[in-house]
Amino acid sequence: MTGKETTMTLIEGHAPLTPDASIPVLDVDPYDETVLADPFSWYAALREAGPVAFIPRYNVLAVGRYEETRQTFSDHENFVSSRGIGFNDFKLEKPWRPPSIILEADPPDHTKTRRVMSKALSPKVVRTLMDDFRAAAEEVVDALLERSEVEGVVEIAEAFPTRVFPRAVGMRDVNPRHLVDYGAIVFNAVGPDNALRRAAMARAPEVAAWINAACARDRLTDDGLGALVYGAADEGEITPDEAAMLVRSFLSAGVDTTVTGIGNALWCFSQNPDQWEALKADPSLARPAFEEVLRITSPVHTFLRTANLDTEIAGHPVPESAKVLCVLGAANMDPEKWGDPEAFRIDRRPVGHMAFGAGIHGCVGQNIARGELEALLSVMAEKVDRIEPAGPARWRPNNAIRALDRLPLKLIPN
Amino acid sequence: MVKVTYRQPDGSEQTLEGKPGDSVMQLAIGAGVPGIVAECGGSMACATCHVYVDDAWTGKTDTRSESEEDMLDCAMAEMKDSSRLSCQLRLTEALDGLVVHIPEEQF
Ligand code: FES
Repeated sequence: MTGKETTMTLIEGHAPLTPDASIPVLDVDPYDETVLADPFSWYAALREAGPVAFIPRYNVLAVGRYEETRQTFSDHENFVSSRGIGFNDFKLEKPWRPPSIILEADPPDHTKTRRVMSKALSPKVVRTLMDDFRAAAEEVVDALLERSEVEGVVEIAEAFPTRVFPRAVGMRDVNPRHLVDYGAIVFNAVGPDNALRRAAMARAPEVAAWINAACARDRLTDDGLGALVYGAADEGEITPDEAAMLVRSFLSAGVDTTVTGIGNALWCFSQNPDQWEALKADPSLARPAFEEVLRITSPVHTFLRTANLDTEIAGHPVPESAKVLCVLGAANMDPEKWGDPEAFRIDRRPVGHMAFGAGIHGCVGQNIARGELEALLSVMAEKVDRIEPAGPARWRPNNAIRALDRLPLKLIPN
Repeated sequence: MVKVTYRQPDGSEQTLEGKPGDSVMQLAIGAGVPGIVAECGGSMACATCHVYVDDAWTGKTDTRSESEEDMLDCAMAEMKDSSRLSCQLRLTEALDGLVVHIPEEQF
């Protein structure tokens, strides 16, 4: 540590910020567990406060209107990712794990790793996986149709990706619990130092050790997505260590997020039976339906950026080292952009929603996520006449993800 | 206003008028042109907005960036010299009358 860093008292791992007097102050705790479980009034309050607001509780700025959120999130020159996409400023405090070389990196480093990942997860590659996705979806769904009641989170949302995704990556070691939990740990870690983050940190050593070991080249088959990434190392595009880090990124960003997307989709349909009817009538709506699920539930609700120089948001000055909450969930519910954001309409085609981010950090795995959801939703649309709640759904608070904890359902077969 | 014609694989076409600065993708999405899917909303992450620029317009559009080429290389339909991601192709007065061809498949 340099002298400058040791004398500065950090707040939530970042430099203290004195906001410009023109920026409205919003005295809320977005990470309160009741807010995380039901964030819509926080989203609305943030949008109403102004194009940017100051949250004293965590000493950060926040954006939640569609335009400013999209703008800030994708402005990778002024608002960087390499200083961490959570509260900790990696320039001032050591991160809990070696930073991701794609999620927590800026150009030009990012450009190189992003290229390798886009190729490995391209529409062409995803096309080759679709038969397996459909077959697995049939197995998962058929097994449940004989039962009167199912637990949607464990038996569908977790069961499907943990079956297909490790196979797609080419993993020889499979531990579904660790795979799902690793993502949840990484996403809780981007939050403030609260009970959720501390619990995640307590489990991190065990789970991260398993994940790192499972990403080694000799633990992967030679025909999966992992092999494509190690192949890029053979070509000299990246180093072998970078390849291992990128395989780790598949697992942190590709399992828990998809689990969440599936759970949220089932929840939306169980709440909107007319939209399930619409999907059954036209199963080609499976892909646009997933976009609408993403828009209305925002599985990744918030990521942060760090101002890397003195800049501004909507004309308000923002000083270097300010952390900015980009509340993707709020942008996805902005009535200015969407007109009737509360309505779940599977034919909306919400192009430009923020659930996968935007700009150079837009989710590189979005094509595979769409492939998985398309397979599962279209198989279900063929076989399931109705999806009904069989008890109250419960949300599982997480500092960056809005996921279900429990989703009791009745699946009524055709 | 700038006119753009979208030609489908079956030969049918649709002509729209957009403002300079809009992308060829945005204009198509606004009017629901089939075959411009644009799932990623313009982040160069999906390649489902792939179009072929008509031969008559070769050399009149700006050039593709390296990252656009990388993504086009990942598209479902074959990448040709005339391939563009329509989310990266911006309307200018000079492009008035542009014709783009939509590929058979996008994902
Ligand atoms: S809209 Fe996705 S690459 Fe153009």
